[in-house]
Amino acid sequence: MSILHTVNKSPFERTSLDSCLKFAAPGAAVLLIEDGVYAALCDTSAAALVKDALKTVKIYVLGPDLKARGFAEGRLIPGIGVVDYVGFVDLAAASAKVQAWL
Amino acid sequence: MSEIVKKFLYLNRKAPYGTIYAWESLEVVLIGAAFDQVVSLMFMDDGVYQLVKGQDPSGIGMKNFSPTYRTLGDYEVKNVYVDHDSLAARGLSADDLVRIAWEDVDTEEEVENIVTVIDRARGCELMAEADVVFSF
Repeated sequence: MSILHTVNKSPFERTSLDSCLKFAAPGAAVLLIEDGVYAALCDTSAAALVKDALKTVKIYVLGPDLKARGFAEGRLIPGIGVVDYVGFVDLAAASAKVQAWL
Repeated sequence: MSEIVKKFLYLNRKAPYGTIYAWESLEVVLIGAAFDQVVSLMFMDDGVYQLVKGQDPSGIGMKNFSPTYRTLGDYEVKNVYVDHDSLAARGLSADDLVRIAWEDVDTEEEVENIVTVIDRARGCELMAEADVVFSF
């Protein structure tokens, strides 16, 4: 079982996502929540970093946080999965541990 | 009546919902509307996300204060400026943002949308022109 990483900070304001992706092992899962969801959007200055990470880790975004901020799933970088709160629990249950990048 | 009218600039640099800054700024703007001042709002960095249209925080148990931005024209706010580079870095354009109408009840002067995308030089000028800058 691998690690589920959660990132809740905007990639444009903090280094949380950079550090998370730097240390996430291949096969790990990364769940973007709260302001972290901005990293999942297309055509941003963080998109290249995220697309590169998708080659080795699975990336998910929490749907309710995305919807709250006014973005539809069509704005996401292809390959990123959308989960609801139940999906969040499923990911956590399927992982050895949850590591938060605050 | 005081004839001293100051130029207030509210500078917004934080995304909504993740922190309380956006909401607090909006509250201060609405309270400040009670005073006769020239009020402008500027959005840059993650602050541009505050103006994204179609927000719906019902799923995260938070109040949707997004519709309030559309009413700012009724609260003495004459100009809303958005930094171009901040939009570009986030893959956004003016089409992604709410529109805010403004009308002068005395002169019936109307502006269909007071949201203006500006460049760095204009932002620099606006900061220099302001008497007071409130940062959020």
